[in-house]
Amino acid sequence: MNYAVLVPMLAFLLIIFFIGYWSSRKLSASSNFISDYFLGGRELGGFVLAMTMVATYGSASSFLGGPGTAYTMGFGWVLLAMAQVVTGYFVLMILGKKYAIMARRYKAITMIDFLKARYNSTIVVLLSAFSIIVFLFSAMAAQWIGGARLVESLTGLSYNSSLFLFAISVLVYVTIGGFRAVALTDAVQGAVMLVGTLVLLIAVIIAGGGIPNIVNDLINENPNLVTPYGADGNLTAAYVSSFWILVGVGVVGLPQIAVRAMSYKNSRSMHRALIIGTIVTGFIMLNMHLIGVFARPVMPGIEIGDKVIPLIALETLPPWVAGIVLAAPMAAIMSTVDSLLLLVSSSIVKDVYLNYVKPDATMKTIKRISFGVTGILGIIVFLLALNPPELLIFLNLFAFGGLEAAFIWPIVLGLYWKWGNKYGAIASMATGIMSYIAIHFYNIENGNLFGVHTVTLPVLLSLAAFITFSLLIDRKAYQYNVQLNK
Amino acid sequence: MEETDWRFKIAHREAWIGVGLALFNFIWWFGFAYGLGSRPVEEYSYIFGLPDWFFYSCVVGFVLICVLVIVIVKFFFTEVPFDEEGDV
Repeated sequence: MNYAVLVPMLAFLLIIFFIGYWSSRKLSASSNFISDYFLGGRELGGFVLAMTMVATYGSASSFLGGPGTAYTMGFGWVLLAMAQVVTGYFVLMILGKKYAIMARRYKAITMIDFLKARYNSTIVVLLSAFSIIVFLFSAMAAQWIGGARLVESLTGLSYNSSLFLFAISVLVYVTIGGFRAVALTDAVQGAVMLVGTLVLLIAVIIAGGGIPNIVNDLINENPNLVTPYGADGNLTAAYVSSFWILVGVGVVGLPQIAVRAMSYKNSRSMHRALIIGTIVTGFIMLNMHLIGVFARPVMPGIEIGDKVIPLIALETLPPWVAGIVLAAPMAAIMSTVDSLLLLVSSSIVKDVYLNYVKPDATMKTIKRISFGVTGILGIIVFLLALNPPELLIFLNLFAFGGLEAAFIWPIVLGLYWKWGNKYGAIASMATGIMSYIAIHFYNIENGNLFGVHTVTLPVLLSLAAFITFSLLIDRKAYQYNVQLNK
Repeated sequence: MEETDWRFKIAHREAWIGVGLALFNFIWWFGFAYGLGSRPVEEYSYIFGLPDWFFYSCVVGFVLICVLVIVIVKFFFTEVPFDEEGDV
């Protein structure tokens, strides 16, 4: 076991625990438990808001998978990753002020609350709650597996013990602290990611003898590595551009991101978050993926993509620095997991239980159930991750693109298009999810349809469905403005 | 007759700015990456050791977008209250 690496990582986890505990004390003093537990009481400032969005979004894939692919693909994959800069400003500019105003008017705590108030339809609520629970639950389980693998590669513990260690750390503070704890620890974790990636990038450049030297080595090995077309020349412009939908503008439709766009204190925090979020997202993505490419000449022959970052950190940095730097992917995975866990439990408690099972539940019951559901969900994910079933891996493939195709138009057009109604929303969600699954299978069999990522067509089809059904059935303009005589 | 909430006019304008910025971002990113990057590798020049297409598309593009976001937010975005009767 590598204690020099382990000690800084454990210190980091302890700090995270402390923050969770501290915000839980604030929680018990609060008067509005639901809003505080699931939304942090709508009082996040600019820095925390930006960091919580970056940290939630930056998951195992941006810190382990993405750089691993950049290692094999070269600069073309860094180009693809830079499509994510747009998320930093796009989500907050598009949902922006109107979403914040409407969410407050509707007293919405979750994204589903917003849809419920806007479309006034039980089917919309249940369909959304169902998609969130199924897809995000699977996404979360996949992240747990990633987290456990990282602990495993660092400590040398068995996979099961690593998973246990990881699960305990996540559960303790999500269960106790709720959204505020998650958002605050996200801020710390985001800062760790920011500094960690910069340190590692510099270390790799030094180890490779400077950038010109590294790029020369890459050209000598395979000139395609420095082109935008990938190592085999098969990354087409259309395919790479379609990632602007999957990891760029489509992120507006992800519930775990959308809920953050209703949690800010005022428009000043929103403005600050816009600036900080753009800079931080771009900086982290650029650094992490460049590290992946630059690692190739420094440490050739790494077979498993996910191991590139841990191995290169252990290789180029003194052990204790590697411990701190590797806390960055750990931080990313943990913060993604916590927010997903919280979101799934909010869908169950707030959107299903309080709406349809027991609307008159007392504060005490709600509290008990919120803690209970969050805890039980954690335990189920843990058991699933011990021995991941096929279905889970399968569902996880759909998690991002499927949710985007389902939710992007009901949210965006629900905000801005007065003719949007519940029939449009239902048709849009159903079309989005079903066409996503159909095209997914088509692409596996026949290669990518039109040479673009699976998500592209379902997003267009669900737009068409939304508009068609809203205009055809029960067309009526939605009243966004408050009636004066009310 | 109803009157459009004054805050919505601001919100709508800012959302359109977001769409415009994303479009500009995409064109810049795409133009430099595939405009310069489709030449044969031997013709690439290198800036700070990075291939020119990558430097302009991803490094300069990123810095430019950050500057634009700062300028847009500071000079074109208006602070509005979110609560119905709020004054913050």
